[in-house]
Amino acid sequence: MIISTYTMLSSGSKLALFIALTVLALLAGALLALNARRRLFGCAGARAVGFVGLVAGLPALMMGLSRVEMEMLYRVVPLAPLAGALIAGLFGKAVGRAGAHLVTSFGVLVALAASILIYVDVLAGNTFNDTVYTWMEAGGITFEIGFLIDSLTVMMMLVVTFVSLMVHVYTIGYMSEDPGYQRFFSYISLFTFSMLMLVMSNNFLQLFFGWEAVGLVSYLLIGFWYKRPTAIYANLKAFLVNRVGDFGFLLGIGLIVAYTGSLDYAEVFEEAGNLASLEMAGTGWPLITAICICLFIGAMGKSAQVPLHVWLPDSMEGPTPISALIHAATMVTAGIFMVARMSPLFELSDAALSFVLVIGATTALFMGFLGIVQNDIKRVVAYSTLSQLGYMTVALGVSAYSAAVFHLMTHAFFKALLFLGAGSVIIGMHHDQDMRNMGGLRKYMPITWITSLLGSLALIGFPLFSGFYSKDSIIEAVHAAQIPGAGYALFCVLLGVFVTAFYSFRMYFLVFHGEERFGKAHDAHHHDAHADDDHQDDHHHGLAPGQKPHESPWVVTVPLVLLAIPSVLIGYFTIEPMLFGEWFKSVIFVGDNHVGLSELAASFHSPLGMAVHGLQTAPFWLAMGGVALSWYFYMKRPDIPAAIQRRFSAVHTLLENKYYFDRFNEVFFAAGSRLLGRGLWKGGDQALIDGAVVNGSARLVGWISQASRLLQTGHLYQYAFAMIIGVFVLLTFWFNRG
Amino acid sequence: MTDMPLLSLAIWIPIFGGLLVLATGSDRNAPLARALALLVAVAGFAVTVPLYLGFDTGTATMQFVEMAPWIRPYNINYHLGVDGISVLFVILNAFVTVIVVLAGWEVIREKVAQYMAAFLIMSGLMNGIFSALDGVLFYVFFEASLIPLYLVIGIWGGANRVYAAIKFFLYTLAGSLLMLVALLYLFLQAGGSFSILDWHQLPIPMGAQSLIFFAFLAAFAVKVPMWPVHTWLPDAHVEAPTGGSVVLAAIALKLGAYGFLRFSLPIVPDAAQYYAPLLITLSLVAVVYIGFVALVQTDMKKLVAYSSIAHMGFVTLGFFMFNQLGIEGALVQMISHGFVSGAMFLCIGVLYDRMHSRNIADYGGVVNKMPKFAAFFMLFAMANAGLPGTSGFVGEFMVVLGAVQFNFWVAFLAATTLILGAAYSLWMYKRVVFGEVANDHVAQLDDINGREFAFLAILAFCVLAMGVYPFPFTEVMHASVDELLRHIAVSKL
Repeated sequence: MIISTYTMLSSGSKLALFIALTVLALLAGALLALNARRRLFGCAGARAVGFVGLVAGLPALMMGLSRVEMEMLYRVVPLAPLAGALIAGLFGKAVGRAGAHLVTSFGVLVALAASILIYVDVLAGNTFNDTVYTWMEAGGITFEIGFLIDSLTVMMMLVVTFVSLMVHVYTIGYMSEDPGYQRFFSYISLFTFSMLMLVMSNNFLQLFFGWEAVGLVSYLLIGFWYKRPTAIYANLKAFLVNRVGDFGFLLGIGLIVAYTGSLDYAEVFEEAGNLASLEMAGTGWPLITAICICLFIGAMGKSAQVPLHVWLPDSMEGPTPISALIHAATMVTAGIFMVARMSPLFELSDAALSFVLVIGATTALFMGFLGIVQNDIKRVVAYSTLSQLGYMTVALGVSAYSAAVFHLMTHAFFKALLFLGAGSVIIGMHHDQDMRNMGGLRKYMPITWITSLLGSLALIGFPLFSGFYSKDSIIEAVHAAQIPGAGYALFCVLLGVFVTAFYSFRMYFLVFHGEERFGKAHDAHHHDAHADDDHQDDHHHGLAPGQKPHESPWVVTVPLVLLAIPSVLIGYFTIEPMLFGEWFKSVIFVGDNHVGLSELAASFHSPLGMAVHGLQTAPFWLAMGGVALSWYFYMKRPDIPAAIQRRFSAVHTLLENKYYFDRFNEVFFAAGSRLLGRGLWKGGDQALIDGAVVNGSARLVGWISQASRLLQTGHLYQYAFAMIIGVFVLLTFWFNRG
Repeated sequence: MTDMPLLSLAIWIPIFGGLLVLATGSDRNAPLARALALLVAVAGFAVTVPLYLGFDTGTATMQFVEMAPWIRPYNINYHLGVDGISVLFVILNAFVTVIVVLAGWEVIREKVAQYMAAFLIMSGLMNGIFSALDGVLFYVFFEASLIPLYLVIGIWGGANRVYAAIKFFLYTLAGSLLMLVALLYLFLQAGGSFSILDWHQLPIPMGAQSLIFFAFLAAFAVKVPMWPVHTWLPDAHVEAPTGGSVVLAAIALKLGAYGFLRFSLPIVPDAAQYYAPLLITLSLVAVVYIGFVALVQTDMKKLVAYSSIAHMGFVTLGFFMFNQLGIEGALVQMISHGFVSGAMFLCIGVLYDRMHSRNIADYGGVVNKMPKFAAFFMLFAMANAGLPGTSGFVGEFMVVLGAVQFNFWVAFLAATTLILGAAYSLWMYKRVVFGEVANDHVAQLDDINGREFAFLAILAFCVLAMGVYPFPFTEVMHASVDELLRHIAVSKL
């Protein structure tokens, strides 16, 4: 009856009803939140309001929404997390701890629900590209805030809101003892808002906005434990390295605006053909290559590609939930998303694509090597993230954009899972992150163990798991590619499979299997792997002698299980529509001169067939080889790794020092800048300008007055003599001037 | 409403109000002086609001014009008016005055009446500069405004205040004397008119244009300040009391930049275009060189002072590219810099009032004791680094876009501010705010009180509002900037 009444309403009143119910639902969330602390309305009262809001709101949302209502819904997606962030951030004291997590989680839940509705709507063929408001007009260019809702956007929206919700719930358990609880929830909701604005943008201005805003929140979260010197060093480093990328990104946007006069994606893409025929004024470079490389430098910063990758390992100083959300699943993939979105531009420049390919391949392999020598559980996962981002970048370079985005999605799930699993281990270990102190945890943390195993299998690309479909597609695409650099890339991604499997299962065996090494008296090697995930006011870490680890509470394990499901299944179910179907056809453009995924599409029959075929290909055996070797090294013969380390100490030192990137940056850029600054300050400003010119002219005035004082002798005859000489000289010149 | 002489009110309410405050005399009446000063400042701000509301964005002609003969024999007039270039600065100036009065509320304990009066009178004089359309009137305001600032630095300043005050005074005076010569030349050339608008139409030969250009440059470059005549600014800032630094950064630096737009560009357009490469080079030096210098400062105020010079480099860069994005971006940057640098100096003032030190090394871990303050300071530091969503981004973005249109390599150098600005702002923030409580003095810090919260919150609102929705700010500029660009494009030889 209610439903039939609802369908009879006019569009206007439906809209009003929808807004009213949304407000009511938000209000209910806020009431629940307030109530959790102050018991203002009585528990039953608040629950009743919240229940009515939700129950009344849901059918309104479930009914087919008119276009106007859908457009309202687009706004709800980013604004709901923003509202949560503001409430938790500005009124954190008033709403209390429970209030903060309720209101922010609720905001993200609303965003997720709305994203699902939008997904259904996009599936039905409805897309959207329009302005929300005009930010500014100047120089004949309109600067706007607007949304582009299509299949690529909505996929990103689902990934972001889903992982964000999981992380919100997980954080309730993970951060439960932290004094900055409300602040943390405020930040992660603010991040969700920024990331959604980034992916939903229909123009470069808003893209840049979101781009820098996620960087800001990343900065705030890496430095969340602001008392720790390492954390506040890492967040400054992250921000500055990202700014180097943004520097290129901004110039790329500047070139686009200068030559097309527009910031709007659609308008710029229409002009793309023109851009390809132009040269950059004053350089003679092909314009389109310059634009794409500038844009990609932005992606290198955000998506941590060599040599701008240096900030990501250090970002592990932040609490583990944000490592999962920001530094694995979402923010770091913004660069991949951006390049995929810009496929109509990148397709026009083979030089830029080759550049992308080589950078990506280098990242994929060489960052993987570094994962092998890490002892900190989070850092292993961090280097594996770098390596996987390299795989995505490789896919972009060979024009397999949809494979890149596909791997982005599967990786978001299994890497968030691995990070949250690592976080659960860290809780169980009482904030000890050194894998050398773990071992045999599977007995004590069964859920964490199983989910981490599933995540690791997905990561190494075991057939049928999600990572298999996405990674294998990338490797196949590289295999088929003709573009310069493809040979090197193929070598890197194939060897990378082996390396990935090796370090992943090294971690897995060290943590969950083998001898129980925890609870012993802290020995020497405990100190060099400083506990990175130590809480602000919580200095004890590690298990006391005799103490056993324990499984984490349900708020931690439930997100693990919920993330494990897509980590296993999502590849099987989505590869066909995403890579070979119509899903991305209208949003991702692949030029006729590039192979992309077409060869793979020709041989693809079914997901199951692909898995079966996968058993006979090199990547599978490389991965198995990696797993077997790590089993042999770390389960069977732990003496071998140590021997290798001694034997090849030079290589080990190189890897330990991360190829000396950090050292180089510190010495050359950081210290060099300070030296230059001091030189300009002391030498230029103080010595030259102030010393010689300003105070020098003051001294000069002093000397002149000294000198002129000498002339003022007071003797009349000297003055008279001077006057006569003067008149004489003047007259001489006067009469001889002709 | 528009019949009221709004510009005169904006000038004379603060000046006479200031004199009234001065009349309250000794520090026994300090509470009265403070209250009266706030009243005058708010009234002064209130009369500028209709300037925005009643502004016609469709025309480039002068609005709210007032005209009365002043010194008849020389045809000198009391001629006021604003266009899209100047109107926002009148409002900004009146707004900042309110903030400054609030900022000096409890902090200034000696010669309260004189302190407040100096700022009010200065505010009135500066409004005169932004709205004067007569050369002599402009010059009188321009010179007179030096005096209160000189006094503020010289009386309420720090240990080395006399050196700084004299350096500031001599620097700026030397520049403006050359400008006086140029004004007299233009008076004679225009057949006995001091009207700036008449001068805009005056044909001038190239040789004379060059001389006039450099005469103006001497006056305005010092005020901006442009590299290499910038060294007075860090000294002046370091010695000035907080309010003095705020006015210096937020308003006084804008006078020079405004002068370029009102005098140099329209009166001698050919010379301006001929010498544009020089000015662009100096601007880029300011952005890059000063960026590095700011990085290594150990004194917070000096650091922000240097960052001001770098930001003003963006302004002059925007002007001399002669495209709309550049000039409007520069104007937006000027307004934004008014908010942001003002707020940065206020934040440093908040710390200085408690610790009596500006040395970065004396701080560390302030966030532990002053979380609210840390949040505000973070916002302003980010705005200083040009983060999108804050006002600091808007102008930089526009100027960089304009620069790419002009020349990619100019844009390349200008865009380094993205890295340098973040480096010096956030490195300072890290050392001052983050970390463990560094020493006993920091351990005893109290968080900001209601008054401090109020003025920081107002500025935070401005910074965010302008960053999220700059449309209302740029809207008023278009007609005037368009007209200016058309005007420059026509040779006056």
